Amino acid sequence: MNSLFASSIGKKLIMSLTGLFLIVFLMVHLGINLSLIFYDSREPFNKAAHFMSSNVLIKILEIILFGGFFLHMFYGLYLQIKNWIARGRGYYKANYSQTSFFSKYMIHTAIIITVFLIIHLTDFYFKAKFFGEVPEVYYDGKPYHDLGILVIEKFKIPGFVIFYIACFLFLAFQLLHGFWSAFQTLGLDHQVYTPVIKILGIIYTALITIGFTAIPLYVYYFM
Amino acid sequence: MNFTLKIWRQESAKSKGKFVVYNVSNISPDCSFLEMLDILNQQLIDKFEKPVCFDHDCREGICGACGLYINGRPHGPDEDITTCQLHMRRFKDGDTIVIEPWRGRPFPVIKDLVVDRNAFDKIIAAGGYISVSTGGVPDANAIPIPREDADLAMDAAACIGCGACVAACKNTSAMLFVAAKVSQLARLPQGRIEAKERVIKMVAKMDELGFGSCTNTGACEAECPKNISISHIAKLNREYIKAKIF
Repeated sequence: MNSLFASSIGKKLIMSLTGLFLIVFLMVHLGINLSLIFYDSREPFNKAAHFMSSNVLIKILEIILFGGFFLHMFYGLYLQIKNWIARGRGYYKANYSQTSFFSKYMIHTAIIITVFLIIHLTDFYFKAKFFGEVPEVYYDGKPYHDLGILVIEKFKIPGFVIFYIACFLFLAFQLLHGFWSAFQTLGLDHQVYTPVIKILGIIYTALITIGFTAIPLYVYYFM
Repeated sequence: MNFTLKIWRQESAKSKGKFVVYNVSNISPDCSFLEMLDILNQQLIDKFEKPVCFDHDCREGICGACGLYINGRPHGPDEDITTCQLHMRRFKDGDTIVIEPWRGRPFPVIKDLVVDRNAFDKIIAAGGYISVSTGGVPDANAIPIPREDADLAMDAAACIGCGACVAACKNTSAMLFVAAKVSQLARLPQGRIEAKERVIKMVAKMDELGFGSCTNTGACEAECPKNISISHIAKLNREYIKAKIF
């Protein structure tokens, strides 16, 4: 068991499991974000954000989440560097075999998403957690961080909206390959179910992309 | 037909190597790719120049010896064939054809277009065989094997070990090659017995030899002259995880 993760397949297994975990996390995140535009008040969003930062179970999950992000990024980069080394001298004519297009650019899209993640965390998460620069609102006499207003202010900046949407398109490229690829790495391949997983991957990617890009557009134009 | 050939020439494993441009003319469209190289080599010999080295043996697409990276694709532009089965009618008159050896640290160039594919033999030697005594040839249906398993094992057994999967893979991964052997033997009763030991040893050897890891891109499957599916890679993953955990 201990030597499982020492092998290349074991490291891919880590990529797969953390990837699937992050896929679930994205859905939760989207759900909370959507509450900002589905209600007239920012109250549900702020309360949800408060719950996510104060609940003990979520706090434990948060550590796992950061761990998941770290492992996914670390092993992604580690395996990529090993793969580059494995080639040695490259080809004069680049290979143009019929392959899954997005899988060729996973490291590139990953770097863009990492940059986004750092900016995203500094903009919202770290502000709420450590810097205390978030305005406060009171619901039923209790103080809450008004993260909603922070988000709305950000999404009123055209440059930020474009950057945010572009990053989610790159994330879509990751998901289009990553979703199915995670199952393949787990060895879950089936004549009937694999095509279903591939379609589910496309549907999931579409929902995540449309959901996350609709929010800044809605805020920019209608709020 | 006339062609301009841009061929990788390298004196030995240690020397640097470079592309050299040659022209061949009056090539019949029905000439095979390797025959075209034979014609070029005869021309070079006639001029007292060193011929271009390339691997070949059966020239029937079954031995796995030939393997050239032609215009950006292992075994050239056609699907499901080896280099020896490629014909010049597949190209246009006057085309420039770039011919490179397989690239990858585990496949070092020996000379010109010939690479050392010993790494594959080492992976097979690590466990790609059945060592249990299976006796003489058994009666045809003495051991019942589900039709699906027999078919999938046969598909995997079609691997000729040419190395096109490694050459095509952006990660220089040998997963399709290893998967074909692991999957073939694990699906059959005689091979099943040593399945756990086999998959652990073969993957360890593959890693040790410096092959890359699989990112499920599928270039291997697209270039495999025997059309071996990457679903065998999923089987390999399954077998490996199972072997390591249980």
